[in-house]
Amino acid sequence: MYVAVKGGERAIENAHAWLAEERRGDKDVAELSVAQIREQLSLAVNRVMAEGSLYDPDLAALAIKQSRGDLIEAIFLIRAYRTTLPRFGASKPVETAAMACDRRISATFKDLPGGQILGPTFDYTHRLLDFKLAADGDVPEAPERATEPAEVPHVADFLNQEGLIEEALFDDTEPPDLTREPLEMPAARALRLQALTRSDEGFTLGLAYSTQRGYARNHAFVGELRIGSVPVEMDIPELGFSVEVGEVILTECETVNQFTGSKTEPPQFTRGYGLVFGQTERKAISMALVDRALRWEELGEDNVGAPAQDAEFVLYHADNIQATGFLEHIKLPHYVDFQSELELVRKLRREAGAAAVQEAAE
Amino acid sequence: MKDAVEEQTDRKAWMSLLAKAPEGRISELLDATVSRPKFTWLRPPEIGSTMVRARAGAAGAPFNLGEMTITRCALTLEGGAVGHAYIQGRRKTDAEAAALADALMQTSVAPQLQRDVLTPLSEELRARKSARAAKAAATKVDFFTMVRGDD
Amino acid sequence: MDAQTLTGGFAEPAIHAAHAFRSVMEAMARPGKIHEIDGAEPPAPLSKAGGAVLLTVCDRDTPIYLAGALECDAVRAWLAFHTGAPIVGPSHAMFAIGTWEALGPLSAYPVGTADYPDRSATLIVEREELGEGAKLTGPGIKEVASLNLPEIAVFQDNHALFPLGLDFIFTSGSQLAALPRSTEVS
Repeated sequence: MYVAVKGGERAIENAHAWLAEERRGDKDVAELSVAQIREQLSLAVNRVMAEGSLYDPDLAALAIKQSRGDLIEAIFLIRAYRTTLPRFGASKPVETAAMACDRRISATFKDLPGGQILGPTFDYTHRLLDFKLAADGDVPEAPERATEPAEVPHVADFLNQEGLIEEALFDDTEPPDLTREPLEMPAARALRLQALTRSDEGFTLGLAYSTQRGYARNHAFVGELRIGSVPVEMDIPELGFSVEVGEVILTECETVNQFTGSKTEPPQFTRGYGLVFGQTERKAISMALVDRALRWEELGEDNVGAPAQDAEFVLYHADNIQATGFLEHIKLPHYVDFQSELELVRKLRREAGAAAVQEAAE
Repeated sequence: MKDAVEEQTDRKAWMSLLAKAPEGRISELLDATVSRPKFTWLRPPEIGSTMVRARAGAAGAPFNLGEMTITRCALTLEGGAVGHAYIQGRRKTDAEAAALADALMQTSVAPQLQRDVLTPLSEELRARKSARAAKAAATKVDFFTMVRGDD
Repeated sequence: MDAQTLTGGFAEPAIHAAHAFRSVMEAMARPGKIHEIDGAEPPAPLSKAGGAVLLTVCDRDTPIYLAGALECDAVRAWLAFHTGAPIVGPSHAMFAIGTWEALGPLSAYPVGTADYPDRSATLIVEREELGEGAKLTGPGIKEVASLNLPEIAVFQDNHALFPLGLDFIFTSGSQLAALPRSTEVS
């Protein structure tokens, strides 16, 4: 039940003023610029772009500054801003095969065309705090090796040539869009992928981990993980042709999963797919594992009742803005609801007390 | 004389190049070679988005990945040439410069613009790409066999 | 591309679109009342009012059906530049525009579903003139309103489908009036 009440305006204004002051922190410490956040906290910026579902590093950096580093709050700001933008169109599907790769690794093949490119990764760091960073320090230029930028083929294509992996069947149907139509079950894979790419990283990681620990186990290998930039090309209706409007950095993960065959499919490898804005590799791998788990029905696998197989459970709880909106609203005034609950409990207690007295008397 | 298809391919190429120029760079190059002509807005610069799409498994059915910010505008020169711009980000002055360059590329100053604006932009883009590719190449793993297990 | 087809949009998009939206909203809220709407200079044979309505309510998420003479290159190009709306057949249209004769039969248009009555088409009917005529009663009308309609029975049948059904906007020159599905016609 909702009842409109007035009051507390002064308190709210003052709370906002204090929030702004706390956000700034100690004024003896230099203020962060948006450019500093964009350049030096770029993985936080990437997460905000991915889950905010809007690629714009400057806006994401601004949102992080405004939200005092609360990334879900920053994502909320980006989602809210996004709804104010007129949409000029949709791009052609990006060609990740043509990606200029900063990083490209495969856990399934050691030697593969294009090679294993580690890129700027944390993987081989020792996870020891580097106290040199606490003081300012110049960073030396990273080494270079002369090369010609070249396209790197996808690992799945090699397995495909032998027919050992299910084929990704080309299709050009207009995809559903959950920012335009409410999410409905059953959700086609295109809708699931859209929901997963903007899903909460922590939630998706937890679900993906559950599949590795045995809840809908499907033995995933990272067939390929690549990070790099791709051009975005869109049709311009008034020109009658398409142009590239810019470039985005993406992380793509394709898993290769053991599959012993089903009623409809022979034994072969199957695929899970993750593609996320920015350098966001934990999220992309998680997305690929959850995508694969959700595909049980189309592959003719058994539903073992695992959470990651339940599309309704996964998709309705993966969005952190929906989740936090509903979760946090319970701290807002519910005076009237609670008043009625209070009345009810008092009444029940009176009745229980009266019954006890009567019982004792009998 | 070029045919319509060739003209369209050329225009697509230069519009795509202009869209990828770093902030402020088109204006720098443009103003160094021509004085800006008078123009009328057909559509003043406006900020919006485009939905970026991808394919499931890189090759399957398309899905919506998320949006990106776009600035677009359209203008017409006194001679009648119409320039369009669709560029990434929220950059109204860059969109204006890109649309002007697009319009001028359809006039007699096209060779001059090609030489002083498009060629430098193209070379700078290639240099940025090569520098990044060279850093990536330096992190490529060279495997060498230490022990082989059988025999 | 011809610069002529690229002109004639709202000169001040935010302000003109807000005024035009207000006119359309008021017209829908007060069925039969005639409103002025301007700001657009569309190519012939599209009326100023029809053009302004399309600029205000259409974008690339709202498929439009162009009926009869409006299905021409000039109108297509103008809408492509100013709205980006896809041009489709009547069964997929969210908006349709044309003369009454060109728009028929009405059975071709979506009337919504029980779950989503809003997934229905709005027909913009280009008329010679707007004036008094049929008796209108229902929500948004204090006692009775009057508007010249091309027919009567069709609108009574449409009203009978409520909450499903089509909504109508009538345009002529720079004027418009509306007839939502909730209005009773006699």
